[in-house]
Amino acid sequence: MKFLSPVLWQFLVKWMTHSALFPPEASKMASDMDALIIFMTLVSLFGLVVVGILVATFSVLYSKKRHPVAEQIEGSTLLEATWTIIPLGLFLVMFVWGAVIYFRAFTPPPNALNIYVVGKQWMWKAEHPTGQHEINSLHVPTGRAVQLTLISQDVFHSFSIPAFRVKREAIPGRYNTVWFEPTVPGTYHLFCTQYCGTAHSAMIGEVVVLTPDDYKKWLAESTSGMSLAQNGERLFASLSCAACHNDKPDARGPSLANVYGAKLNLANGRTVIADDAYLREAILNPSQHNIEGYAPIMPTYQGQVSEEGVISLIEYIKNLDSNYRINQTLTTSDLLPESHGKTAPAAQGVKQ
Amino acid sequence: MSSNTIVTLPDQSTAKMPKLSYLNKEHGILSWLLTGDHKRIAILYLVSLTFFFFIGGSLAGLIRLELLTPQTSLMAADTYNKIFTMHGVIMVFFFLVPSVPATLGNFLIPMMLGAKDLALPKINLLSWYLYIIGGSLAIYTMASGGVDTGWTFTTPLSTHYVNTNVLSTGVAVFIAGFSSIFTGLNFIVTIHRMRAPGMTWFRLPLFVWAHYAASVLMVLGTPVVAIAIVLVALERTIGIGVFDPTKGGDPLLFQHLFWFYSHPAVYIMILPGMGVISEVISTFSRKRVFGYTAVAFSSVAIAIFGFFVWAHHMYIMGLSNYAALLFSLLTMLVAVPSAIKIFNWAFTLYKGSITFETPMLYAFGFMGLFTIGGLTGVFLGTSGSDIHLTETYFIVAHFHFVMVGGMLMAFLSGIHFWGPKMTGRMYPEKLSQLAAVVTFIGFNFTFFPQFVLGMLGMPRRYAAYPPEFQVLNVFSTAGATVLGVGYLLPVLYLVWSLKYGEIAGDNPWQATGLEWQTQSPPLTENFVATPIMDHDAYDYEWLEKQNLAKQNQQKASEVPSVG
Repeated sequence: MKFLSPVLWQFLVKWMTHSALFPPEASKMASDMDALIIFMTLVSLFGLVVVGILVATFSVLYSKKRHPVAEQIEGSTLLEATWTIIPLGLFLVMFVWGAVIYFRAFTPPPNALNIYVVGKQWMWKAEHPTGQHEINSLHVPTGRAVQLTLISQDVFHSFSIPAFRVKREAIPGRYNTVWFEPTVPGTYHLFCTQYCGTAHSAMIGEVVVLTPDDYKKWLAESTSGMSLAQNGERLFASLSCAACHNDKPDARGPSLANVYGAKLNLANGRTVIADDAYLREAILNPSQHNIEGYAPIMPTYQGQVSEEGVISLIEYIKNLDSNYRINQTLTTSDLLPESHGKTAPAAQGVKQ
Repeated sequence: MSSNTIVTLPDQSTAKMPKLSYLNKEHGILSWLLTGDHKRIAILYLVSLTFFFFIGGSLAGLIRLELLTPQTSLMAADTYNKIFTMHGVIMVFFFLVPSVPATLGNFLIPMMLGAKDLALPKINLLSWYLYIIGGSLAIYTMASGGVDTGWTFTTPLSTHYVNTNVLSTGVAVFIAGFSSIFTGLNFIVTIHRMRAPGMTWFRLPLFVWAHYAASVLMVLGTPVVAIAIVLVALERTIGIGVFDPTKGGDPLLFQHLFWFYSHPAVYIMILPGMGVISEVISTFSRKRVFGYTAVAFSSVAIAIFGFFVWAHHMYIMGLSNYAALLFSLLTMLVAVPSAIKIFNWAFTLYKGSITFETPMLYAFGFMGLFTIGGLTGVFLGTSGSDIHLTETYFIVAHFHFVMVGGMLMAFLSGIHFWGPKMTGRMYPEKLSQLAAVVTFIGFNFTFFPQFVLGMLGMPRRYAAYPPEFQVLNVFSTAGATVLGVGYLLPVLYLVWSLKYGEIAGDNPWQATGLEWQTQSPPLTENFVATPIMDHDAYDYEWLEKQNLAKQNQQKASEVPSVG
């Protein structure tokens, strides 16, 4: 129908999406997702009607009253081929169409605004790189690709925004990503859709889509005063990371400047790209990720740093383009006591 | 074809109950509890399955009652979580998986093959005992505080975070799993070794083909879920880090292991039901199943492809995109054999001579609801649309259309169809036709609104939900009430018919299977002499000739008695 009559198709899509069968469409992907679902619904209706008509017509025409004598028919290879090939063809169209959407939803564009989301029983914590912390809500601007980097600190959760047609599992031990581009300002449902224990159905919240101007205002109003990287810097200092990871010639650990996104040679012969997942693993489970040329002396930070702490450390490392900052952190670690009065989520994270 | 293919239903007023049958050969409770007779074991299963079905059904009723209002008004969230978990565990492991194979399959496979019993009668009894032990443990679990992991036992929720009876539920499922493995093994051995002379593979009724395919799945798939349960138990008790990422485990590993069984398990549940539908549609259109080989091989195809699609339950959990691509493609392939079956059944009606007794009504219900259930499965197998629809009520509606709309309809169809063979008495036709219609209407009212709820984004397993979803939930609960009546009716009139039903006679439907060529209820040995299969399955002309021969014999034997 899309090809036969684009106008009729548009009309049908509009009608279907504005009747109460779909949630509001508030992201760029939503209309594409709905088009696919409508296409599948039409194909299904067609299939159901064909089966229904066949059964009903045959039941009337060949009821015992009208047709007292059955004719024995063995089968028909032609018909078998027909109802093998036509459904298979239709299913393959759905498969390709669906795969296109799937690849797009789970391949964030490189310039996306990255927000970290940590799921825990039973709340969602969103960490903006600029230092805003939210619980059970998420503020995002229109007209900009937003990437979520999701992780859980306990069980499986699933971050679902029906209005964006987006859902991604937050699982313990690894980062999952998803992205969307909000289009319509408003407040939308945020659900946890993976069963996660007692208060699963209370693990809900709202996604607030703002115009770029309103979003700027919101950022200014809700800042904690410290960016995620700054939090990371504090944590870096308080964990004394710079004792080894510094620029000195006799440093016991590799330099972290420009390490994000770089190709690293590991002691076990593997080469890895230092992305979020790698950095997280290297902090929590260093013995498996030892860098070539360095002694395996780094202790594990498993259980000592919360997921938010790891996230801020990663943000810190991401923003290190020279070792200047590390050295500064080394020398100014007396900065810590005075900052205890302020909200320091990273430090809280350590306690948890 | 000639008029000799007219098969009229026999006059039941002259039918007599046979003096000796498997039901009255031995008496006393021990003669049932220690029996090796596949027919008696089938009856034991039927009674216990019905019991579990009504427990699971009552739990479903409580779920629907709670969901009448957006708040948690009837019970606390914890209670709700325990109830839907037990509903799932009981319905999946103690009703759906054994339902058709353990009752109808157990009763009929030896008879359809022309055998005296299953190959391993004692193993057959052992599987019933394992089932009962597992089931009792599940009931005990429920009574002693329940479990709230969901029937999917997702780690690390099940291994670290809940304090409820995960272990005893796991053991219950583990034991029931062995019951299922033994049943499958028994069927495979029987179908290979116990066929009557002349019963070649392509003369087997399609019911047997479907059970063969399901048995292979049981034997190969169930051990994997058993392993997964053992690993969960080890991690929960002694803290071995298999799934726990902080100990180097992989939480997705559990999903792989669990769905490696639990996806094929849905084919374990539905394939035997498809077998029932093939028999019923052929019998009531008085016609050989259209495309016998295609239907037979589609069962095998489902069993094979069914093993390679499990990760479509994990699209949003963090599979690589390419893995999702592959599993989505394979899922499309497994959808095709089901379509083939549906169309072949529809064309079996073509130029048939159709009557609309209760089993046929249920079979029509099956075709409609299973088509919807199957096609909505394609929505979920398509990787892109799965993102929006998974973990919502769309999934709940989809698998209830397949499992309840499909499987349960097939089960009821089979119970009405072979009930007269099992008990020797007919059910009341008009009342049961009514029950079939009530079930169909109630079912659609219950589960259709859930598709819309899912599209709108309502998550599954929610004790409380946003108020805008209430209208559709009220519809669903109202439908469930009707559905409940639809299920209660058969229990009542089938029990009534045990004593007051019309006497069925050997072959009340004039069906062609070997099971109908012996008395109802059958002898313990099934047949007086080993039958010889000299014709294809669903050969109604052969049946007509048999009937003519019998009539002539009767006439011939009447003449001397007069003289």
